Amino acid sequence: MTATETTTPTVPDFGDDETDRKICFICSKGTLDMAYPALVMANGALGEGVETHLFFTFWGMDMITKKTMDHLKFTILGNPATHMPQALGGLPGMTGMATKMMKKQISGLDVPEVPEFMELLVDMGAHLWACRMSVDMMDLEPDDLFDGVEDIINVSDFIELSDGAQVIFV
Amino acid sequence: MTTQTTIAGHDVHVDDEGFMTVYDEWTEDLGRELATAIGIDELTDAHWEALRFLRSDFAEQGETATLRRVAKIGGIPTKQLFVLFPKKPAKKMAYIAGLPKPHGCV
Repeated sequence: MTATETTTPTVPDFGDDETDRKICFICSKGTLDMAYPALVMANGALGEGVETHLFFTFWGMDMITKKTMDHLKFTILGNPATHMPQALGGLPGMTGMATKMMKKQISGLDVPEVPEFMELLVDMGAHLWACRMSVDMMDLEPDDLFDGVEDIINVSDFIELSDGAQVIFV
Repeated sequence: MTTQTTIAGHDVHVDDEGFMTVYDEWTEDLGRELATAIGIDELTDAHWEALRFLRSDFAEQGETATLRRVAKIGGIPTKQLFVLFPKKPAKKMAYIAGLPKPHGCV
């Protein structure tokens, strides 16, 4: 490490003046492995002071439905990136075992489970939105949804609120 | 690259962004100066509780605590950290506490 001398100390730029950045995640999957990318990135965005929205649609509704959010699963089936023989994935109990292993790895990194992660994001100022069509399709009531969900909105509401935002589809 | 500089009469080493790189060069007085430099004019007891946790946790763990760790282990609610150190609490706390930016994602 080289050290040079300077008389004027550098002050980091925390970007306090930039207030217009906005990021929206569309969460469309209900598997454990597909829930985390948006949660982790949203957490990072909030930590950087970026206005952050998460819009849950189709299978992503499982991430914010009280009954399912703590029971998301991970499966070997249809996921060649596990580098396991696909035939194994079809055996009884394999999905449960794979889920348990993944949860162990995640908690080993001190990353919270989905319900606690949602609470954390809300505490950090995230805006959570449920998709109107998915709610109707799945016959859900507002009470079935995680308390941190601000509202059930339709796609035109979402298009409106994501105006000028960076949109990431997961 | 590390640079040697002087902040409020103290000779310190900082990285390219201005974060201090030598743990023992930091003092609470210096912390107050660093806070002022990034627009936090007064450090209250609540600020100090978070900063002291960060310092002692770094001494034990060898890395800067993430926001979740400050909340979970340090017992300071996340919401409050955003009030005390607006917008980018993790980085601002690390800067004032004379520590590197946290490396963890969550």
